[in-house]
Amino acid sequence: MVEPRPEISPPRRRFLNWVLGTSAGGLLASVFYPVLRYLIPPAAAEAASGAVTLPFKPDEMAANTGKIFKFGNRPGLLVRTAENELRAYSATCTHLACIVQYRPDLAHIWCACHNGHYDLNGRNISGPPPEPLEEFTVNVRGDQIVVGKRS
Amino acid sequence: MGLRAGLDRFWTWIDARTGIGVVGQLVKKKDVPIHRHTIWYYLGGMTLFLLLVQIGTGILLLFYYRPSADEAYESIQFLMAEVRFGWLIRSLHAWAANLMIFTLFLHLFSVLLLKAFRPPRELTWFSGVFLLTLALTFGFTGYLLPWNQLAYFATSVGTQITGAIPVVGQFLLRLLRGGDDITGATLTRFYAIHVALLPAATALLMGLHLWLVQRHGMSVPPGAVQSGNSKRTMPFFPNFLLRDLVGWLTALAILAALAAYLPAELGSKADPFAPAPAGIKPEWYFMFMFQTLKLLPAHIMGIEGEIVGIIGFGLAGLFLLLIPLMDRSSQSEKRSRLFTWITVAIIVYMVALTVIGYLVNPAA
Repeated sequence: MVEPRPEISPPRRRFLNWVLGTSAGGLLASVFYPVLRYLIPPAAAEAASGAVTLPFKPDEMAANTGKIFKFGNRPGLLVRTAENELRAYSATCTHLACIVQYRPDLAHIWCACHNGHYDLNGRNISGPPPEPLEEFTVNVRGDQIVVGKRS
Repeated sequence: MGLRAGLDRFWTWIDARTGIGVVGQLVKKKDVPIHRHTIWYYLGGMTLFLLLVQIGTGILLLFYYRPSADEAYESIQFLMAEVRFGWLIRSLHAWAANLMIFTLFLHLFSVLLLKAFRPPRELTWFSGVFLLTLALTFGFTGYLLPWNQLAYFATSVGTQITGAIPVVGQFLLRLLRGGDDITGATLTRFYAIHVALLPAATALLMGLHLWLVQRHGMSVPPGAVQSGNSKRTMPFFPNFLLRDLVGWLTALAILAALAAYLPAELGSKADPFAPAPAGIKPEWYFMFMFQTLKLLPAHIMGIEGEIVGIIGFGLAGLFLLLIPLMDRSSQSEKRSRLFTWITVAIIVYMVALTVIGYLVNPAA
């Protein structure tokens, strides 16, 4: 029977375990790091940074009406007020991100989800919305409506 | 209570309710014979490992892939260009598919040459041949999914061949394509087959295959039995399993190198109204069939050459499946030179026609 040599073996065993453990750890890390990074979605296309030309003409909008348009990948709301003025806002409610609409009967902006109200400056005037809607600039060039972010 | 004792108690709790300890007992009892052909036992495990890679990467690809003619190509483009490691996941999936079919063929031929299909392992053989069929179908359906020009025309040719099958050909062709031509309808069909139908069928057959392997143990080839050195064995756990792991790591290393240095290409988007580009070719594992059909004369005894070829391959497949029932010598544990030579002939035929296929069309 071979005598065990405790004064040599444990350090050697510890070293081997350490080598095996770190290799296995390295292998697992090199498998799971790419998988994790893969699952994190790449940054989506930025919202329209500059200006957007709307797909409809100014004279298609009657007074006291509103219309949703695409501002990059977000919805926007174009309103022709009773005073015949064109105004544009972000259409995403600041409460829980529903899409707001223009209410001709109230002559202001309303969110159907939780009865939030905004005035024609985008200010939250009633209901749960915590912040005003972002207002955009509106320029009419010939028969085109160009909406842009306020700088 | 230490961690160890806690784990033991947890295990006892689970075992009392599931009886899963039986698996552990089986693994502990299992022995693997040692002889000069032991190395071939590792091919099945390697194929299983590559299948697991396919399942993992396949699930990951589903996170970004969109199965429609309008979006499939673009979603892969996005995956390759924008998604972190998207190119790696897709390349791993493409390469592991090829490697898996390769190891599957090696596994098949080693089993054939070592006569491991001998009774009572006929059902293991049948399930294996069906698994091979499933793997080839996986390859064929997956090839179309990126919706690029090369895949489009390869699938067009591949499904066209189905139409040559007597009587039911036209029906099968329409069933497979979801119409008369390759369209978005074909893509969604192939997608459903590739990600739902085949995985479910593979899981069932794989379960049967592994259970049968477990039940019968490893087959010892007749030659090794005769030379009387079949008594030596090693325990399955941990000796064989650790060696198996070395095989898995080797496969992983080869796979990672291939994916990193030769990433999968995408080419240009499929266009049904563009002329077929040069170099339309099937995947390499279909090349021998493709080349055979090309070499056959237009008419053989008044029948279209293509039809003769397809019937021929059908019969060859049936022959392969039924070998365990036909090889009488192996059934009675005698050497079976005839079937050894048939196997060698099959290998030579497949390799030769594959090589010819690539030599005749250098562009392919």
